Amino acid sequence: MSPLDLKKGSSKKSAYDLKTPFSDVDERHTLAVLVDNVDGVLARVIGLFSGRGYNIDSLTVAEVDHTGHRSRITVVTTGTPQVIVQIKHQLERMVVVHEVHDLTVEGPSVERELALVKVRGTGDLRVEALRTAEVFRARVMDTTLESFVFELTGAPDKIDAFVDLMVPLGLVEVARTGVAAISRGL
Amino acid sequence: MTRMSGAQIVVKALKDQGVDTVFGYPGGAVLPIYDEIFQQNDIRHILVRHEQAATHAAEGYARSTGKPGVVLVTSGPGATNAVTGMTDALMDSIPMVVLTGQVPTFMIGNDAFQEADTVGITRPCTKHNWLVKDTDNLANTLHQAFHVATNGRPGPVLVDIPKDVQFAEGTYIKPEKANKGHYAPRVKGDVDAITQAVELLETAKRPMLYSGGGVINSGTSASQLLRELVGATGFPITSTLMGLGCYPASGDAWLGMLGMHGTYEANMAMHDCDVMICIGARFDDRITGRTDAFSPKSKKVHIDIDPSSINKIIRVDVPIVGDIAHVLEDMLRIWKARGRKTRSEDVAKWWKKIDGWRETNCLAFEQKGKVIKPQYALARLEELTKKYDRYITTEVGQHQMWAAQYLGFEDPNRWMTSGGLGTMGYGFPASIGVQIAHPNALVINVAGEASWLMNMQELGTAMQFRAPVKQFILNNERLGMVRQWQELLHGERYSSSWSESLPDFVKLAEAFGAKGIQCSDPDGLDDAIMEMIEHDGPVVFDCLVEKHENCFPMIPSGKAHNEMLLGNASTKNAIEAGGAVMV
Repeated sequence: MSPLDLKKGSSKKSAYDLKTPFSDVDERHTLAVLVDNVDGVLARVIGLFSGRGYNIDSLTVAEVDHTGHRSRITVVTTGTPQVIVQIKHQLERMVVVHEVHDLTVEGPSVERELALVKVRGTGDLRVEALRTAEVFRARVMDTTLESFVFELTGAPDKIDAFVDLMVPLGLVEVARTGVAAISRGL
Repeated sequence: MTRMSGAQIVVKALKDQGVDTVFGYPGGAVLPIYDEIFQQNDIRHILVRHEQAATHAAEGYARSTGKPGVVLVTSGPGATNAVTGMTDALMDSIPMVVLTGQVPTFMIGNDAFQEADTVGITRPCTKHNWLVKDTDNLANTLHQAFHVATNGRPGPVLVDIPKDVQFAEGTYIKPEKANKGHYAPRVKGDVDAITQAVELLETAKRPMLYSGGGVINSGTSASQLLRELVGATGFPITSTLMGLGCYPASGDAWLGMLGMHGTYEANMAMHDCDVMICIGARFDDRITGRTDAFSPKSKKVHIDIDPSSINKIIRVDVPIVGDIAHVLEDMLRIWKARGRKTRSEDVAKWWKKIDGWRETNCLAFEQKGKVIKPQYALARLEELTKKYDRYITTEVGQHQMWAAQYLGFEDPNRWMTSGGLGTMGYGFPASIGVQIAHPNALVINVAGEASWLMNMQELGTAMQFRAPVKQFILNNERLGMVRQWQELLHGERYSSSWSESLPDFVKLAEAFGAKGIQCSDPDGLDDAIMEMIEHDGPVVFDCLVEKHENCFPMIPSGKAHNEMLLGNASTKNAIEAGGAVMV
């Protein structure tokens, strides 16, 4: 065995990461982080993730309270349950952070993402693209004689499915916002 | 509403925060603040010889007083040189406020002379940092900075102040009027959780208290409450490197330090206990050894002010988030109200077992021949200095572990060492910071020659400010800890781990106007140490010791607590491949 061939409890990423995992199964969690909208706040949050080796699958940020200057950061991350709790605690102790909600464990929530999808095609392909867009309730935002730009809103897997279907129909480019999420009910 | 210049606001805010000492180094971007410092006498400025030393001196000041250390440096290289000290303070939870100059706001981003993205660079090595772009926000930001540095888990903060903000006029506000933001970590622990912990105290057959630097950070009352808890329950106690002194080394229940170079009895007791109360420590990898074999039979209680420390490395059964002093007070009160119960017969049996481990006498050494053993040097230093009002700092390496093993600490805030970051070059400037805070105390830096050379320029600072610090250098002409690992792990190939071209330390001291002493004879050691203590001024003590001595006992990386190597054990193949990566 080579000296770097780590076995028990190791991840491949870091030699320092020889901790005992409490559960090996990675879970996907959506966190809503309310922060002061001040200089460098996003760099701080992202720096925490990169510095400690946490994953970011998706990230959205915008000011949601213009008088109180609060921004809402929605982060989708994957990790073992222990890592997810760590992420929450690490975020909570930051001076700029007001609240952290793990929407995945706090109850049912709604997740939505917006995508703009550009497709090139003529003839049958063009007709098929338009028909598929209707099925997905995508809207045509721009059209030329040989292209469409569709706007589509929905859960990330719905957008994934639409983009996959567009590939053989002439997919050119995709722009996605990342996930915005909020809890259901009050 | 008082209007004044930004530089005046800085000095006024420091005074109103009770700051009496600032460690720093001037430069272009902080000249207005230095001009204000020149025109007053309430705050003393200690001119260091390198900005890194300013941060370590401030750490020494902070750790020995419990007050935040304050650093003032210029932009660019001044700020980047301070990064190591801030990272050190972050790892060891030391309150520190660093003020940096910055190029004028209208030049930021232009690659101006001595410009660096200071808040960007220091974001991961501070609790929080601020760039102040408007003089009217300066006073509030400074007060908030002190609030953040000293509340919750203490740590370093940085305020970056552009030069035009220092010149411009703004409004000063007093600390009590300042808006400190919403940062307010909880200090009271959850009563239900504390009650569960008390139930474990009452039912434990083999209890173990494991204390850390959090006890010292929580203030002297926390140490007193800890002593009361140990005294009342009769439970054995160990401590991390950071926590030495929170329980007296002369106390009956003291098992010595635990961890990689901790005592046999402390580590065996940690491994075999059935209830572990972790008080202000964080299950560092130097403490736990192999985590999946760490204290497998125990129920664990973890008291920590930082929720992110809990369940980070070791899963605990009863987490208590709160300040140590508050939680211990509640714990004692609840335990007393429930009738002060312990399973004293079982605990007595447990002590018998511990006494058996103690008989191993794991710190024993033999001083024979004409070469000084480093352990002997420290044992003599302990014997000859323990009666004094004494503070100890260290550098990093073998000497640091030997100091932790052979010196005894009776009180908190007497032991300053770089634990988390392991910063060579920490001890000398830290000793100056301690001495500035305690001018009449005996301040000794236990050093290795390699570490000490990393910040030896501070001899100038010690001389200028008449800080009579004693530099006790265990000189083995080796990077001893590196060499020890190369011996154990890398086939005795001593790659770059010897100190070539060393200076003559006596002449070096004399070149700065300090006193130098060299000692190589075990029989002359006591006299030489007394000469060092009695000299009124800085002393560089070059103690020539055994060159290939190893630091034992030792838990090899990747091994469990009950797999310790003792001094006489075979060290062949002690560390397996998996452990070798763990440093």
